[in-house]
Amino acid sequence: MGFMNLFKHFLGDDWGVHPDDHKRPAADQPVRVMPVPAKLYLPLQQHLGGAARPSVLVGQKVKKGEMIAEAQGMVSAPLHAPTSGTITAVTEITAPHPSGLTLPAIILEADGADEWIELHGCDDPFALDPAEIGKRVADAGVVGLGGAAFPSAVKLIGASRAKVTTLVMNGGECEPYLSCDDRLMRDAAAGIVDGIRIMLHATGAKVALVGIEDNKPEAIVAMQAAASGFDAVQIRPVPARYPMGSEKQLIQVLTGIEVPADGRPADIGVIVHNVGTALALRTAVREGKPLISRLLTVNGNCASQPGNIEVRVGTLAEEVIAFAGGLKGDGLGLARRVMGGPMMGMQIPHWRVPVVKGTSGILAFDTVEVAEQEPNPCIRCGSCVKACPMGLLPLEMSSRIRNEAYGEAIDLGLKDCIACGCCAYVCPSKIPLVQYFVHAKGELAAQDRAKLRTDATKKLALQRQERLEREAREKAEANAKRKAEREAAAAAKAAAQAESVG
Amino acid sequence: MNSAAISAQPIASPHAHGGNSVTRTMFRVQMALVPATFYGFWLFGWPSFFLWLLTILSCLGFEALSLKMMGVTRIKATLFDGSALLTGWLLAMALPPWAPWWVAVVGGFIAIVIGKQVFGGVGQNVFNPAMVARVALLVSFPVPLTMWVSPLPLTPLAAPDFIDGLRIFLTSLPQPDAMASASLLGYTKTELSRGIDLFHSLAGDHAPVLSWIGARSGSFGESASLLILAGGLYLIGVGIISWHTPAAVLAGIAIPAAISHSVDPAHYLSVSAHLLSGAAILGAFFIATDYVTSPNTTSGQIVFGLGIGLLTWIIRTWGGYPEGMAFAVLLMNALTPVIDRFIKPRILGRDRKGKPLDIPEGKGA
Repeated sequence: MGFMNLFKHFLGDDWGVHPDDHKRPAADQPVRVMPVPAKLYLPLQQHLGGAARPSVLVGQKVKKGEMIAEAQGMVSAPLHAPTSGTITAVTEITAPHPSGLTLPAIILEADGADEWIELHGCDDPFALDPAEIGKRVADAGVVGLGGAAFPSAVKLIGASRAKVTTLVMNGGECEPYLSCDDRLMRDAAAGIVDGIRIMLHATGAKVALVGIEDNKPEAIVAMQAAASGFDAVQIRPVPARYPMGSEKQLIQVLTGIEVPADGRPADIGVIVHNVGTALALRTAVREGKPLISRLLTVNGNCASQPGNIEVRVGTLAEEVIAFAGGLKGDGLGLARRVMGGPMMGMQIPHWRVPVVKGTSGILAFDTVEVAEQEPNPCIRCGSCVKACPMGLLPLEMSSRIRNEAYGEAIDLGLKDCIACGCCAYVCPSKIPLVQYFVHAKGELAAQDRAKLRTDATKKLALQRQERLEREAREKAEANAKRKAEREAAAAAKAAAQAESVG
Repeated sequence: MNSAAISAQPIASPHAHGGNSVTRTMFRVQMALVPATFYGFWLFGWPSFFLWLLTILSCLGFEALSLKMMGVTRIKATLFDGSALLTGWLLAMALPPWAPWWVAVVGGFIAIVIGKQVFGGVGQNVFNPAMVARVALLVSFPVPLTMWVSPLPLTPLAAPDFIDGLRIFLTSLPQPDAMASASLLGYTKTELSRGIDLFHSLAGDHAPVLSWIGARSGSFGESASLLILAGGLYLIGVGIISWHTPAAVLAGIAIPAAISHSVDPAHYLSVSAHLLSGAAILGAFFIATDYVTSPNTTSGQIVFGLGIGLLTWIIRTWGGYPEGMAFAVLLMNALTPVIDRFIKPRILGRDRKGKPLDIPEGKGA
C-alpha cells in the first residue's frame, strides 16, 4: 500500500492533503462525562431539512427523553429533552454559525433529577421489520453524527427502497484535531458493530465496509476484534488523507465505484453512515433511548486540557470548555473559535453557542494555528488543482468568480465543489478560495430567487398588458360597431329623406 | 463583486493552512540554483559575479519602480516575495557570463517592465519574463549576446582579479581572442553552413568540447548541467515542481535528436550534444516549469513540455539561430491558455466532457 501510494504520488494521482492531524494527545485521554448543566439551549434546526416544530408549552415539565419538538416534513428529525426539567422559553438564540444570527430554540431548565421517561427497547432488533427499525430511528431523532446531521432514518428507508447492497461506514475522521469517532471505536467497538449489523438488517445491504484511517491503529484493532465472527462487517484500514471521510471519496476508495455527479450513493447501491451514528442507532433501537447526548472533542492550542467529552445536546460551548479545564491564560491568546473541524468547521462569534447533534468538536485556536495573512495574487502554481479531491480547477473558478462570471464558474464545476478546503489549505498565496466558492454559490442562489421573482412579475405585467390590449380592442370594436350602426342609420335616414324629397 | 466585498463576509473554512507561501517556494527555487551559480562564479570569475548581481538588482529596481508607478501599496511585501529576484537570477543564468553591465540593466527592464508588469504583475504575465528578456536581447544585440568565454581555470591565462573583472564588466572591452569561443551549437551551425559536416567539424582542433561538469564555454545555465540537474531533482523532491514538464521537454529534444542522429550522424547532432547544450537542462527544470506561464494540469504540462522540446530541436536544427530553447519556451507560453482550455482534469463523477457518469446497470460492489 505504501509503495503504491508513493507510485501514485509520483504519477501525480494524489488528491487531497496531508495536514498535521493534531489528534493526540486528545485522542488518548479517557472520555470525560460532563454533568448536566443548569440550562440547555435546544435549536429547533439541528439537522438538514425542515426545522422541528415545538410540541411543548412554556412552563411544561418534561422528563429526560421526552419529545419536545416533532419532525416537520419529509426530511426532518424530532428533538428530545436531554434531561428532566421545565421548559422556560421558546425563543431565539445565537445559532452555531459564523454570522451570529439567531435561530428559534427551546430552553430547558434542568431539575437535577435526570429522570427518564418510560423506555421501550427491543431485545432482538433482528426480528423487527426493517420499516419498524426505520420508524424507531426516526422517532429517536437520530441524525448523522459526522457533521452534516442528515436524518438517519430518511437514509435507511431510502436505502431499503433503492435496494442498496453495500453499507459504507465512515470511521475515517479525516478532519485534523477531532478524535471523538476514534475514541468511540476504541471504547465502544462492540456497540458500533452491533449498530452496523442493525443497519445491515434495516437496509438489506449484504456487506458493511468500515473505512478507518490508518492513523488510528488502536481503533482498527478494537473494531477488528469486535467484528470478528461477523463476516458481513469488514474493517478496512484506509490511508490517512484529507478528505478521506468525504462520502464520494470514501466510496471510491472502498468500493472502486464513483458516484455519478448529480447522483446519490444509493444510485450505485451504496449508503454511507458514520460510526458514531451506528452507536446512536443501536442505543435508539435496543434501549429505546433518543439521541440526547454526544461525544465531542475539545482541542486547539488554547484548550488547557484537550480531550473527548460526552456532552448533553444543548449545552453551551462556554460550559463545555469550562468543564474541560478552561482556556490557557484565560483565553488571552485565543484567535478563533471553531465548531467542528478546522477544515470544514464553522467559526463562531462567541462561546455562548449550544452544542447541537452534529457538533463533533469545539476548537480554540491561537494565532499560530490560524495564521491569518493577507492574500497575495495567484501565481498559478497549480497546488490547488493537485489537491482538489473532485478534480476541479479552483484557481480558474476563483478568477471567474472575481469577475462575477458565475456562469463560467459553473461550467468549470462549481456545483461539484464539496467545500472541503484542500485548495485554500495548500494555496501559497493564501487566497480564501472556499470563501469565493461559498460566496458564488450564495450569489447564484440569490440570482435564482431574483429570476423567479422577475419572471413572476414579468408574467403578471404581460397578463396586465394583454388584458389592457384586449379591453382596448373590445372597446374599439364596440365603438366601431356603434359608429357603423349610427352611420347605417344616418344613411338610411338620408336615403329616406332623399326619397321623400324626390 | 470585488474582492473587498467578498472578504467582508464571515471567514469561511478552512481554519488551518499548510504553511506554504510564495516566498518559501521562490526561496527553494533559488536554493536549487545556488550550486550551479557558485560553480559558474568559479568558472568565469568576477565579471560573471558582477553580471549576476546587477541583473538581479536591476530586476528588483524595475519591479519597485513599476509597483510605485502603479500605486501598489504593498511594495515591500510584493518586492520581497522573491519572484523578481528569481527572474533576474534565471536571466543571469542564461546570459553570456562576461556580458557588459548594460546588458544586465536592459535585460532587467525588459524582463520586469515589458515581460511582467505591463501584463498586470505577478501571476498575470503570458510569457516567461526571463526568456522575453533573453530573446529581446539576443535579437537586438546579437554580438555581445553570442560572445562566449572559455572557462578560465582551464585556460593558460590568469583569471581577472576583482578590479580587472570590474573593468571588463563596466567598459565592455573586446575580449582577447584566445578566450573568446563559440558555443557548440553555434560552432557546428556555422561549420555546417560552410559545408563542413559534423564528422570533420567536431574533429577539428577548435571544436568546443562537451562536458557534464561544465569545462566548456557557455552560460551558467549550460556549463554546469550536472549541478542544474541536481537542483532540478531537488525541486521535484520537495514538491515545488512535478517531473512531468522537465521529462517532457527532455524527451521532446532527445527523441527527434536520437532518430535523426542515427539516420544521418554527419548532419544531425547527437542526443548528448543537444541535452548538454543551449541550457537545455536549465530550460527543462527551471524555465519550462514556471508556474505562471505553463499549464496547470499534468497532462497539459506534458503537451507543453513536448512542444518546447520539439520546437527547440527544430529551431536548433533548421532555424536561423543556433539556440532554440528561449524561442520554444515563448512559443509554447503563447499556447498555454489554449492547452489549459482543452486539457482539464476529469471531475469526479463526470466523464472527460463534463457529463455525469451513467448509473451502472448492476448496482453495487
